[in-house]
Amino acid sequence: MTAFQAGADFGDGRREETHGPRPEAILDHADPAAKRIIAGYGFWIFLLSDIIMFSAFFATYAVLSGETAGGPSGKDLFNLHNVAIETACLLLSSFTCGVAAIGARAHNGLMYYGGMAATCVLGLGFLAIEIHEFTGMIAQGAGPTRSAFLSAFFTLVGCHGVHVTLGTLWLLTMIAQVFAKGYRADILRRVLCFALFWHTLDIIWVAIFTVVYLLGAGA
Amino acid sequence: MSSSDDYEALSRTDHAPGDEPAARHEIAEGIVGYLIGLGLAILLTAVSFFIAGTFLVWRPSIPIALVVLAIAQIGVHLVFFLHITTGPDNVNNILALAFGVLIVFLLIIGSLWIMYNLNQNMGPMPMG
Repeated sequence: MTAFQAGADFGDGRREETHGPRPEAILDHADPAAKRIIAGYGFWIFLLSDIIMFSAFFATYAVLSGETAGGPSGKDLFNLHNVAIETACLLLSSFTCGVAAIGARAHNGLMYYGGMAATCVLGLGFLAIEIHEFTGMIAQGAGPTRSAFLSAFFTLVGCHGVHVTLGTLWLLTMIAQVFAKGYRADILRRVLCFALFWHTLDIIWVAIFTVVYLLGAGA
Repeated sequence: MSSSDDYEALSRTDHAPGDEPAARHEIAEGIVGYLIGLGLAILLTAVSFFIAGTFLVWRPSIPIALVVLAIAQIGVHLVFFLHITTGPDNVNNILALAFGVLIVFLLIIGSLWIMYNLNQNMGPMPMG
């Protein structure tokens, strides 16, 4: 609702009386939100749509998890010891990513670069274990073409792995951008969006280790 | 616009998802917030991994317990890591999240429901 809808302005100072808030009262709230809020909100909408895409993969996996076509099931394949280490990597990386976000806000180089470097190392550690798990499964004939269960498994967990890979590339980009351009407002908005992205990957991993690994290994 | 201007605006308008609450300006307070989140997340994860392999509880209850623990942990991540709160500056973030959760549940519950029903109604296929 604009000021013109609230009361007709005759252009000569007179103003038609209307019910409802005065135009000035509306204009008090009409200042645009800070770019940081708009960028963060827009990226939040993107992340929710990404979560909806993952939920389709989760639904597919849940429907197909029993369809092993005589091949190995989750119980035969999953190594919960590795999954626990992967989970520890991602949980700790969420904390170090938070430290980096605080460092970026406080313009504290030690916290920002240290936090980002630790996040990068933990993300790469996660990826190394996951790639080792995938190549091991394919080597023993349990690749994505073996059964509907394994197709759904590699699609869901692999899609998360691709996200972590892209997130790690984005992380390195943000280290380079802050190093080259400093703590500028536009760079800090990108750091905010990166942190949101990284924390969201952790949320999706919580669903994966519960639905895929713990339920799959126990059932 | 400098980042400090952005933080001024933050306290009187909306809250950007992922940002620290406006009241928490000290570095130490911010780190304590993340530490609490990390501690709760580790606790819930450890309970999940323990419950998945234990025989101390009634086995058929385990899937439900795991799902409940996962939802609790997702809540911890949302509050302590993504800083999505129930404050008046967070209404937009919460509404977007609520819509996302609605779609996620429709997709997952709907798929499981339809596929279960189809499996029930379809007789065994002749082999070969």
